[in-house]
Amino acid sequence: MEIIVCIRRAPTTDARIKPGADGKSYDPAGVNYDISEYDKFAIEAAIQLKEKHGGKVTVLSLGPTDTTKELRTAIATGCDAAALLVSTGNHDSWTTAQALAAKIKSLPHDMVLFGWNSVDAQSSATGQMVAELLGLPCATVAVGLEVAGGAAAVERLAAGGNREKLSLKLPCVVTCQKGLNKPRQPNLTGIMAAKKTPVEETPAQVPAGGVATLRLDPPPPRPAGKIVGKGPEAAKALVGLLRNEAKVI
Amino acid sequence: MSNNVLVFVDCNEGKPTRAGLQALGAGHRLAKQLGGKAFALVAGKGVEADAAGLGNFGADAVQVAAGETFGAYSQDGYARLVAQQAQAVGAAAVLASATPAGRDFMPRAAAIAKCGVASDCTDLKVEGGKARAVRPVFAGKALATVEGTGALYATLRPNVFAQAQTANAVTPEPVKVPFGVGDLKAVVKEIVAGVKGKLDVAEAEVVVSGGRGLKDPAGEGKANWENLEKLAGTLGAAVGASRAVVDAGWRAHGEQVGQTGKTVSPKLYVAAGISGAIQHLAGMTGSKVIVAINKDDQAPIFKVADYGIVGNVEDVVPALTAAFSEILKG
Ligand SMILES: Cc1cc2nc3c(=O)[nH]c(=O)nc-3n(C[C@H](O)[C@H](O)[C@H](O)COP(=O)(O)OP(=O)(O)OC[C@H]3O[C@@H](n4cnc5c(N)ncnc54)[C@H](O)[C@@H]3O)c2cc1C
Ligand SMILES: Nc1ncnc2c1ncn2[C@@H]1O[C@H](COP(=O)(O)O)[C@@H](O)[C@H]1O
Repeated sequence: MEIIVCIRRAPTTDARIKPGADGKSYDPAGVNYDISEYDKFAIEAAIQLKEKHGGKVTVLSLGPTDTTKELRTAIATGCDAAALLVSTGNHDSWTTAQALAAKIKSLPHDMVLFGWNSVDAQSSATGQMVAELLGLPCATVAVGLEVAGGAAAVERLAAGGNREKLSLKLPCVVTCQKGLNKPRQPNLTGIMAAKKTPVEETPAQVPAGGVATLRLDPPPPRPAGKIVGKGPEAAKALVGLLRNEAKVI
Repeated sequence: MSNNVLVFVDCNEGKPTRAGLQALGAGHRLAKQLGGKAFALVAGKGVEADAAGLGNFGADAVQVAAGETFGAYSQDGYARLVAQQAQAVGAAAVLASATPAGRDFMPRAAAIAKCGVASDCTDLKVEGGKARAVRPVFAGKALATVEGTGALYATLRPNVFAQAQTANAVTPEPVKVPFGVGDLKAVVKEIVAGVKGKLDVAEAEVVVSGGRGLKDPAGEGKANWENLEKLAGTLGAAVGASRAVVDAGWRAHGEQVGQTGKTVSPKLYVAAGISGAIQHLAGMTGSKVIVAINKDDQAPIFKVADYGIVGNVEDVVPALTAAFSEILKG
């Protein structure tokens, strides 16, 4: 099986995010980066599929040159090849999807895996858009994935805690959610391999269009709260405040 | 492109959902500001029955896609339907609620229309004659104001937008599509039901969440979690959890609130035995009112809580349940 995993370099979840000087992007000072959380489930899913069915896993990212660090982590974890579409721009999911889809078209692929949502842009859109551009079936928010007989059996989380079961003919696109698997850590042989595996870097061809960010603002501050009291005796007073002051019950 | 707004109104067993009606309310107000009309679009089995009623919730016109093609959910079928109708009505904005279905098909619909998508928006406005959306990014650590090239495709966060009340007489029109079930790429084959009647944290109006402070439900924390469920039951709330609790296997993944869990925006959020790590806060500070119960008066959760009780979950949670039942009864 030829598997492509699209991963995104994103600020770590403990990063403090402040709008930058241009008022449109965040201030990168003091921000650390990592593979966007859910993409780790996509990497693990790809490696498990390779272990079961044979083949090759290619990780693909669109981002600044520094993204080679995240791509090497993916190799160290068990992926085989890496490609980086180099761009420092702040691209939305639609323009990103077009650049990724153009690259994916040039690579053999039975399955293209994504995270269901990025932890920074949070569009939960790139996978579906790539699927549309490639004319492929797509299932999002997968918590179950098996491949047999040229099709992927996917279980996805739907409303009200329901799980929807789908069968997708290969090639297909699947976006991954927590619960699908337990991502492994990079291992020693992987780390050695990562040192030797080149990351193919090409300038990204990102078209214009999509959704543009006009402004980035800090969230409105929450007014200072109050400690109603200590222990169970405070319960009555709290409930009273919720009814008469906050008027939420 | 005209000034019209197309709203996909999410239905469940043929009935419009609360989140769907909220999206319609938002679409109604946006259309007014743009000087256009709000078109409601419903799809699925049995949606015809309630379709005309959408005139009472902000729709100026209602379109109905019934029939086999939309009987079972498919990402590409719903995406093609929405993109087709958006074009047909000349929509300047195309809206759906950011429910699991909306988040699934709207990006694909936008891609068909060669547009971007603004996901999980919390505000819509018209500036310079154009529809703009505000959406939390970095799990609410910042708010982005965005504008689309072409139509604005947007999904709207549940419980943020108010429903509209109108008295529009509408005659639902059937929608024709040039494809059938056989043309669809991936159709949902089977639905494994979650716990019956269980509220999703992302959609609930009240969320009661537990953290590590409640301890292991298979051990000394058994009564704490039962008490939390009772509190939730009293309030008609969904139960949420911190990641620590989910990772320990104490609660299901679907209940995790936070940056890598669900983002919630209920009118009341109760955090019991949760410290208030930045990733947890990221998922719940959009709540209208936050209540925290923690034995440590220095816990960071108190910095974002509107009301706090310093105390042990063991006795504060049951006391709250009793106080709520009393006030809700009377
Ligand atoms: C990449 C990444 C993503 C993450 N995403 C999320 C996320 O989406 N959501 C999330 O929640 N976390 C997330 N986390 C984890 C987060 O950093 C915290 O570890 C987690 O939120 C802590 O959970 P907790 O508050 O339940 O536990 P703890 O931090 O252990 O806090 C327990 C609290 O309970 C109180 N307590 C103890 N006993 C009692 C008692 N008897 N009565 C009352 N109070 C008591 C304590 O004072 C303490 O404040 C993420 C972490 C990482 C690295
Ligand atoms: N710049 C990027 N490079 C590679 N993959 C990406 C990029 N941005 C988003 N993705 C993928 O698309 C998924 C969803 O991202 P988003 O649509 O931003 O929520 C991510 O989890 C990644 O798998």
